[in-house]
Amino acid sequence: MKYIDGFRNSETEVAISRQINELGSRLGRKLTIMEVCGTHTMSIAKFAIRDLLPENIRLVSGPGCPVCVTPQGYIDTALELAMSGRIIVTFADMMNVPGTKSSLSSIRSSGARIESCYSPEIAVEIAEKNPDAEVVFLGVGFETTIAPAISVIPCASVKRTSNISILSSFKLIPPAMEALAADRELGIDAFLCPAHVSAIIGADAYKPFVSKYHRPCVIAGFESLDILSGIRSIVMQALAGEARVENNYSRVVRDEGNPKAWSVISKYLEPSDAYWRGIGIIPGSGMSLKKDFAEFDAEKRFGLTIVNEKEKKGCRCGDVLKGKIVPSECPLFAAKCNPSSPVGPCMVSSEGTCAAYYKYSK
Amino acid sequence: MRIISINPDKTAGSADFDGVKRDVNLTLIENPCIGDYVIIHAGFAIEKFNVEEAEKQLEIFRELAATMEGQK
Repeated sequence: MKYIDGFRNSETEVAISRQINELGSRLGRKLTIMEVCGTHTMSIAKFAIRDLLPENIRLVSGPGCPVCVTPQGYIDTALELAMSGRIIVTFADMMNVPGTKSSLSSIRSSGARIESCYSPEIAVEIAEKNPDAEVVFLGVGFETTIAPAISVIPCASVKRTSNISILSSFKLIPPAMEALAADRELGIDAFLCPAHVSAIIGADAYKPFVSKYHRPCVIAGFESLDILSGIRSIVMQALAGEARVENNYSRVVRDEGNPKAWSVISKYLEPSDAYWRGIGIIPGSGMSLKKDFAEFDAEKRFGLTIVNEKEKKGCRCGDVLKGKIVPSECPLFAAKCNPSSPVGPCMVSSEGTCAAYYKYSK
Repeated sequence: MRIISINPDKTAGSADFDGVKRDVNLTLIENPCIGDYVIIHAGFAIEKFNVEEAEKQLEIFRELAATMEGQK
């Protein structure tokens, strides 16, 4: 607990907050910082970080919740697979994400076989126990999740399990940051970079982005002192007119990341374009199965194509995911869209921006 | 969590956090050892936790809090 509680000390929170306020007043202009990671979004709300910042330092949430950016068409394809008798295995937070007409949890109550899992290895165990069924694992997530999820393939190979495949919707964070930085309307001045994504890709992975877009990028952990000291580093860079990569989470993140995890990812997957719910296609932001592993690709195995959909009317998750509005500016927030009856994915996921605002700000 | 046991083939083991034990896949990290702190995601250890770096950062925070206390 020492390495959790030690990074949550309230006296030090106040001390760093004072420094940020002093730096903010010297800066004398607005500074918009995007936290790209959904876990940061939850921590910022939980620790009431915004209340500790001066008015000119604005935090906006980005598209860092994998469930939130998973296209509705992907859910529809998963539903189609389940309705045609396949066993779907998924992380639990996908269960209530609305597709066009239904969700995994609602068809489960109608008899479809949907299993939630903590680890992708469970999907392989389910396939072993059901040799006459086809098992499809829902491969949704960023770099942190991609390595464990794609390990379904070596696990299945070791166990000689051939009735399992992956419906892939893997996404990469740096290309999304590029798309957001290139959109001048959003006015993002700096990025608080994700903690565990960075553990996989490494601090150096942001250097090309910083060279191209000249935005400070600071990697931070999830505790209150991590986030506040990350913000302080960003404001200091802004004051000095600098844009650098800073790794404030060196207790976990190395410059080179985790080469072993990355070698597993690159053995089975290759970069591709990807559709992000609410944002659209971002070039090079996806990871798709290589041709050599097509037998594990559920889309190819079952001859399916994920169709990208029109967004639901009135739902402004797209603008929330880009940091264009805060959830309370969406007309559906906390009224028609709430955790018991979510309209958009940002309210469904435990790491969704709307869920965070609903839980901690209401 | 802290690794408390490792299978002979080093691909899996178990880890403990404050008395809670959990199976963990160790195929994504180099040279796992009993006693290592690890970050676990989706049942897999995705990176080792660097205790030395954590202590350095905690010391900086402790000094900062002491400085602010001195200014009161």
